Amino acid sequence: MMPLAAMAASPFELLALSPPGWGGTLLLGLANTMVIAVGAYALGLAIGIMGAFGKLYGGPITRDLLAVYTTIVRAVPELVLILILFYAVPGLINEILIGLGHERIVLPPLITGIAVLGVVQGAYSTEVLRGAIQAVPHGQIEAARAMGMTPMLTARRITLPLMTSNAIPGLANLWLNATKDTALLAVIGFSELTKATYQAAATTKAFFTFYLAAMALYLAISLLSTVLFGRIEKWARRGQRVMSR
Amino acid sequence: MTVTAREGKASGPRPERIRIENLHKSFGEIEVLKGVSLTACEGDVVAVIGGSGSGKSTMLRCINFLETPTSGKIIIGGEEIRMRPDGSPADRRQIEHARQHLGMVFQSFNLWSHMTILQNLIEVPVHVLKVPKDQAVAIAERLLDRVGLLAKKDAYPAYLSGGQQQRAAIARALAIEPRAMLFDEPTSALDPELVGEVLSVIRDLAAEGRTMILVTHEMKFAREVSNHVMYLYNGLVEEQGPPEQVFGAPRSERLQKFLKSLG
Ligand SMILES: Nc1ncnc2c1ncn2[C@@H]1O[C@H](COP(=O)(O)OP(=O)(O)OP(=O)(O)O)[C@@H](O)[C@H]1O
Ligand SMILES: [Mg+2]
Repeated sequence: MMPLAAMAASPFELLALSPPGWGGTLLLGLANTMVIAVGAYALGLAIGIMGAFGKLYGGPITRDLLAVYTTIVRAVPELVLILILFYAVPGLINEILIGLGHERIVLPPLITGIAVLGVVQGAYSTEVLRGAIQAVPHGQIEAARAMGMTPMLTARRITLPLMTSNAIPGLANLWLNATKDTALLAVIGFSELTKATYQAAATTKAFFTFYLAAMALYLAISLLSTVLFGRIEKWARRGQRVMSR
Repeated sequence: MTVTAREGKASGPRPERIRIENLHKSFGEIEVLKGVSLTACEGDVVAVIGGSGSGKSTMLRCINFLETPTSGKIIIGGEEIRMRPDGSPADRRQIEHARQHLGMVFQSFNLWSHMTILQNLIEVPVHVLKVPKDQAVAIAERLLDRVGLLAKKDAYPAYLSGGQQQRAAIARALAIEPRAMLFDEPTSALDPELVGEVLSVIRDLAAEGRTMILVTHEMKFAREVSNHVMYLYNGLVEEQGPPEQVFGAPRSERLQKFLKSLG
């Protein structure tokens, strides 16, 4: 009787926030997913901005190194990269730390996850931002230089704001990829949304209910993001005339 | 040979603003400037004329190092810009500082499209010259009023006509209180009916004694506002002198032909 009753539990009971419902576990996974996605995306953007300027204005060595980075990262399947980086990055960090005379540390999986996905994101961000910077009208950059702005100030006040509107569609895609790529961290045992869903489903055998719930959560992230990026794009396009259809 | 502009008009020595000595510039194999010299003192209006591809823009852009000269000297406000052997500025600070005294106006306006007209005008004063913002705004509004654009101060450039954009660009160049202005065909991108409003702003600037170097195809205007005209042919100064002479009694055959071709 008992096992049958458990299996017949309604989706609402299964998804209840507190045990024996699994809703809390799923939401915790969702929170982890968001933390990693935001962290990796921010790290990727930082790498991307430096990478894009480096590719466009850097010396030959900088450009070559960046070319190697973006080529490899974009050529190798992300899952393979994540596995490689997951085992390589902490080792590398420890080598550096020991080299500097520090103690070996155990990196929390959260930090490792963010670092690994951030490095992957950075390669794509570099390319999106490079294209966006190249699309900035050259005359406007020249006007800034002609009035004595330093390269840094020109980048900050003119090039970056102008390239933002070009970059937003690509960056929005990258953000959605970031939220989904977090699922790849399940393979290294990180308890994000996909992994939490699997645990819930495997324990209760209510696969359909839980994967449907996970799908709804991923979809919600996506829809909210679309709205948010729409607003950012509108702001970034300030000053541009709306094309009449 | 260096020729000082505004022959005759000067009373006593006027400070030198821009001097170019034996300027050469090549793009790859092609030598575009083959030894050009020019001195503009305070109050000089130098008109640079010449056929397409004769090197007018290149010369102007070498003055503020938007192009790096191949050889020669650029002296801004009496200070020689130190160059590396490849012509690039040896000291980035020095050229940035010199640029802050040179207001450049481009053929295609080049207003910053993500900023309103007012923001365009206060950008460099506030962020480069460190003028207090309220002071910069006051100066900008006065300049916009002067070029007839105060009502458009909160508009974005894309919503202005070409003539309005160019007048705003001139005001932006004035906002840094430049010691000299560089104009590169400021009316060439404009519809004919918008040329007049821009020329009248430039005419006012000439009348108040601004130092300017003006690359232009508007011969009548050049004759009217300048006190020195420089005719470039194929990267060399073919003829120069006061406008009455250059336009009224050109000696060079090429210049005669050039002027005739424009009608
Ligand atoms: N960045 C560049 N790279 C290669 N060649 C160039 C470059 N800029 C200019 N040139 C060449 O240099 C020559 C002079 O150009 P410049 O723009 O100075 O002429 P201009 O007198 O201003 O002509 P226009 O009246 O058409 O504006 C031209 O033959 C042009 O093709
Ligand atoms: Mg030109």
